[in-house]
Amino acid sequence: MAIEVRIPTILRTYTDGAKAVEGSGSTLDELLADLDTRHTGIRERIVDAGELRRFVNVYLNDEDVRFLDGITTKLTDGDSVTILPAVAGGSGLPADRVGGR
Amino acid sequence: MLTITRALHDALVAHARADHPDEACGVIAGPAGGGLPERHIPMLNAARSPTFYEFDSTDLLRLYRELDDRDEEPVVIYHSHTATEAYPSRTDISYANEPGAHYVLVSTADTDDAGPFQFRSFRILDGEVTEEPVEIVDSYI
Repeated sequence: MAIEVRIPTILRTYTDGAKAVEGSGSTLDELLADLDTRHTGIRERIVDAGELRRFVNVYLNDEDVRFLDGITTKLTDGDSVTILPAVAGGSGLPADRVGGR
Repeated sequence: MLTITRALHDALVAHARADHPDEACGVIAGPAGGGLPERHIPMLNAARSPTFYEFDSTDLLRLYRELDDRDEEPVVIYHSHTATEAYPSRTDISYANEPGAHYVLVSTADTDDAGPFQFRSFRILDGEVTEEPVEIVDSYI
């Protein structure tokens, strides 16, 4: 069962530069384990302690898997999975140090 | 070095100013491999916070698909700091995931006499921050 997985720039070091790879699995968890057998280390960049990392977004077709079943989201043949690191940051100051309102 | 048109520079400052006191964020796309920022895409700060920004996850997917379809890349990724200087915070560094991008910070903090809007550009690679000069031009041609 082939599922297309789109790889972000930052993780292409694991895929020899490929923008997309194929994998298999009946859930996202299985797919990531399968990818890791050929692209060693990629799973750990996406998963921590069995859950998706907070600042990595994974989409099944057009939907963020957080709105589906997260890492246990079921996959079927022909699905497309996209991995995108969050674009996030900020001064990170505690709110009580932000004045001037 | 970041080379950017006066118009784009002013558009980023205007966005930061409009969203103050929340942090503003967005990208400037350009042709892949070309290095010049051309198309300003203001993004919604899903965190709507004065101390944090995050692109909405659905918007993020749409953005990257569009860039891919147009053979563009995020040449500039920008956000504002609304109470501190325009320098990457620890949070900024830990979530910087585009090794090829110029990370632009605009500060809307009125903390000193340096002028109201600092505009600075950085490379953030493997946790290391390198500031770069900003050259403002009328046009790239």
